Amino acid sequence: MIGRIALRCSAFLVLLAGWEAANRLGLIRPFLLPPLTAVAARLVADVASGAFFLNAAVTLYRTLAGFALACVIGIPLGILISRRKLVGWFVEPIVSVGFPMPAIAFLPIFMLWFGVFDLSKIVMTGFSAVFTVIAAADAGTRGVERQLTWSAQSLGATRAELFRDVMLPAAMPQILTGLQVALPLALIVEVASEMLMGGTGLGGMMVNAENYADSVGVYAGIVEIALVGGIAVALMARLRRHLLRWHPEAAG
Amino acid sequence: MRRGAVSYLPLLILAALWELVTRLGLVSRALLPPFSVVLVALAHMLADGSLLRNAVPSLLRGAAGLALAIVAGFGLGAGMALLPRFRAAFGPLVQAFYPLPKTALVPLVMVWFGLGDTAKIVLIFLGCLLPVILGTYNGIRGVDHVLVWSARSLGASRRDVLREVLLPAAMPQILIGLRTATAFAFLLMVASELIIANNGLGFLIGSLGDDGAYPAMFAAILTITALGFLADRGFAALSAHLLRWRT
Repeated sequence: MIGRIALRCSAFLVLLAGWEAANRLGLIRPFLLPPLTAVAARLVADVASGAFFLNAAVTLYRTLAGFALACVIGIPLGILISRRKLVGWFVEPIVSVGFPMPAIAFLPIFMLWFGVFDLSKIVMTGFSAVFTVIAAADAGTRGVERQLTWSAQSLGATRAELFRDVMLPAAMPQILTGLQVALPLALIVEVASEMLMGGTGLGGMMVNAENYADSVGVYAGIVEIALVGGIAVALMARLRRHLLRWHPEAAG
Repeated sequence: MRRGAVSYLPLLILAALWELVTRLGLVSRALLPPFSVVLVALAHMLADGSLLRNAVPSLLRGAAGLALAIVAGFGLGAGMALLPRFRAAFGPLVQAFYPLPKTALVPLVMVWFGLGDTAKIVLIFLGCLLPVILGTYNGIRGVDHVLVWSARSLGASRRDVLREVLLPAAMPQILIGLRTATAFAFLLMVASELIIANNGLGFLIGSLGDDGAYPAMFAAILTITALGFLADRGFAALSAHLLRWRT
């Protein structure tokens, strides 16, 4: 048991020990790899001064606002694609182009349209996530078994009931999988937009550190962004467990 | 899945709508240049070579980073799936790396490798590594044990099992990972070039935007979109070819 835990931690320990040793022995310039203690001290200082919470909150707010926008537009649109032939005919080719496209290329357009503050970043993150959400909602509702809808209809379900009580729950696992892909994507694009436009937020803070050749700030920034990313991923996993608590996968 | 060019008619309709709203003055031309004006700018950029001059370094960076990620990611993913000790040591590292938005590494690769090609290739490599690892790992782990046992009992060596059983059975998952990695390569390529570069398509978009040359900027963005789409279609065709033995 202890051996297993040691093995699980070994990669981290080797990494951290190598980091510290390289510094102590002067094998590497501190600019490239600042001492662990300096990075840790910076993290503590950022937390103590509240700068971490401020930047993390700004980054999370824009990411989640854009993500919410993508859900509000993408989920109904994806369902419509699978239910209405005409909508599917029109939107599907657009999604097939939008899905693999590097969305961040549109950032200059959104800056032109919506300025350089929150709105352009929110639209940018929403845009980067929406195609994944549409594709997942489409595939999810398309994959619902005919027997389920037939049974519900033969038992007298109205269209609204059929949708709310049968289609949506049956499609939910796949829609949530799409959201679990889309949220990290939104965060990636949000961080890149902040780096491009500067200002508040964790990406802006990191690019500032880079400009002042403050490599301790760069390392601390990566840890802080990873933390926010971890929180976002964990929240989505929680939401999935909550929404699918009736589903067989929750038992496993 | 295989449909003719007719199915892309809606894109033409979209382009026509774009032209219409700008010609009728419903949208300011300063915000959205008419589609035809963008096409003219695109023709100019093709003629004077500026598009090609920037597209080539971008695509080379993307291809180099992606190729390195495929080789290393396949090795790591297969190692994690087949060797329990390796999995125990590396798994937690992969888990810790997973939720990090990879664009956060842009400043770090700049500290380490400067502002040139190396930094961008390393960034693309790191960003594409995880989807390849996860695709390979999940693919090999998901192979039915009965397949492996049958092959072994029929006298296949471990190498034969890997090449003839595990790899083909894991291929669909591996290809899904590679498709995600390709999209990531494009995203990170453009993002890193937008943030800092002196050539490449991302740089081209950024500098045209700074100069206020919006028709050309829209043309460059359309080019990147088209390249991403073509790469994805090409990938889909390759997948279909590699998986043609499946029923």
